Amino acid sequence: MEVIIKYLDMGGHAAFVWPALGITALVVLVMTVTSLRSLRTSERALRAAEKQAPQRRARAQAPGTDA
Amino acid sequence: MFHRFANPARFSRIATRILPWSAAATIAMFIIGIYYALFASPADFQQGETVRIMYVHVPSAWISMACYTFIAVMSAIALIWKHPLADIAARSAAPLGVGFTLIVLITGSLWGKPTWGTWWVWDARLTSVLVLFFLYLGHIALTNAFDNPQRGARAAAVLALVGFVNIPIIKFSVDWWNTLHQPASVTRLDAPAIDPAILTPLLLMALAFTLYFFTMLLIRMRADLNGARARALRLSAAE
Repeated sequence: MEVIIKYLDMGGHAAFVWPALGITALVVLVMTVTSLRSLRTSERALRAAEKQAPQRRARAQAPGTDA
Repeated sequence: MFHRFANPARFSRIATRILPWSAAATIAMFIIGIYYALFASPADFQQGETVRIMYVHVPSAWISMACYTFIAVMSAIALIWKHPLADIAARSAAPLGVGFTLIVLITGSLWGKPTWGTWWVWDARLTSVLVLFFLYLGHIALTNAFDNPQRGARAAAVLALVGFVNIPIIKFSVDWWNTLHQPASVTRLDAPAIDPAILTPLLLMALAFTLYFFTMLLIRMRADLNGARARALRLSAAE
């Protein structure tokens, strides 16, 4: 137990080390969630658009014409 | 070579195939890197345990500058050759740049207080990184400022190229001006001035952050391409 408390204390610098690592983890988490969410939203939008225009699908997917 | 991957449809296919592998590699590298950074490395003889902040601060700083360089190169390609994929790459990378620069500024501040005795100084290194943060925000704002996305992309590309002058200023600020910030200890011409026990976790975390950036970039570019294709489909349906 003492070992864990000593470790968590970070040589008296716990107030700086843990917030730094925590904020890094938080920012990484936010970037991951927003990126994955935008991918999911875009896939839903693409499926909806494909359903709306199935007859044009082949043309719109031709290389180089879709962006 | 570039043209092979510059085809949006082909890029999407390749990205889909790479993503599971890069995601798995990112998670594996983070587990190894965090183990080394938190448990399998000693405290610094001078700074004590605060050295552990370095394992997130320095890789984030490298990525924040590499990300901007990437955006500048993509902007040049977009302006010169008008490749739609280059614009997509640039605007997909910018929010990641904001995130990494934010990590640099906050962890640097939390590292500065116990080490230098201050949260912030207006010296060249810290100020130029703050400018980098605002350049990223400006890039995102400009991208979305126009009804015509192509005009937004062009304005943002010009900003990215003009703002690139800040990157060498950040890199060499610690040599050119007096500063509290220490000079480079890894990326220097002679051998790194840093003990292997501390260099190992640093490089492992840098690799993890790089893989993470690459994975997020692929995800965001795929999302952008999906959106563009959906818009094109809706337009062709409305014709």
